[in-house]
Amino acid sequence: MNAVEEYKIIGDYLCVQMPKEIDHHNAESISEKIDQFIVKRNVNHVLFDFSETEFMDSSGIGILVGRYKKVACFQGKIYLIHMNAQIKKILSLSGIAKYMEILEER
Amino acid sequence: MKNQMHLEFSADSANESFARVTVAAFMMNLNPTVEELSDVKTAVSEAVTNAIIHGYEGKEGRISIRCKLEERTIDLEIEDKGKGISDIPKAMEPMFTTKPDLERSGMGFAFMEAFMDELEVTSTVNEGTTVHMKKRIGVLTPQDDFL
Repeated sequence: MNAVEEYKIIGDYLCVQMPKEIDHHNAESISEKIDQFIVKRNVNHVLFDFSETEFMDSSGIGILVGRYKKVACFQGKIYLIHMNAQIKKILSLSGIAKYMEILEER
Repeated sequence: MKNQMHLEFSADSANESFARVTVAAFMMNLNPTVEELSDVKTAVSEAVTNAIIHGYEGKEGRISIRCKLEERTIDLEIEDKGKGISDIPKAMEPMFTTKPDLERSGMGFAFMEAFMDELEVTSTVNEGTTVHMKKRIGVLTPQDDFL
């Protein structure tokens, strides 16, 4: 279980392996790091992998909306994968799901 | 059954996780489902985060959580002695935030309302805010009757 998120660049995609818990305590530093990749490494799309994430509150919604605003200027997209039921629930309540590409497993 | 606890901690973002995990551990007596547990954890996380960011605006302070378990209900009071809220209905509007620069989504109260059965906010400017929430645990949903 990772306490800290990890970043990987594949082509013009940034893949972020999100941490076990996402709240106001770590949200700001995650956003800052992603923004650095977007600016310095010419990343167009961001994929958030929640396979290790057990908990996320509205601070996580803030990360997603903020990154969407950044990449959407350049036709970039936000992809979300491996969300648990709790994350899906807050995503659907927040009304932002329509702006994101949600990848389902088979 | 009536079981109570009182938790007091510094308004430090590192304690957001401590607060929701402690409340979740305390409510285990009610035999909550995984979904009920994460609902309560989300609501606690939102209320505590509000106290830290808005109540104390990142400055030092203390947050107290009083929690009661009654029959099949969890009753939570999350209190700060911060700056208070001048317009509560406005603060509770979904997507409203006084701190968009911090990328706050403005969904805090909306999530508390959605995940708990009752939500009441009382606040006095310059004195502080109390968020009172209740949730019935282990209540069958209408669909369960057909199983």
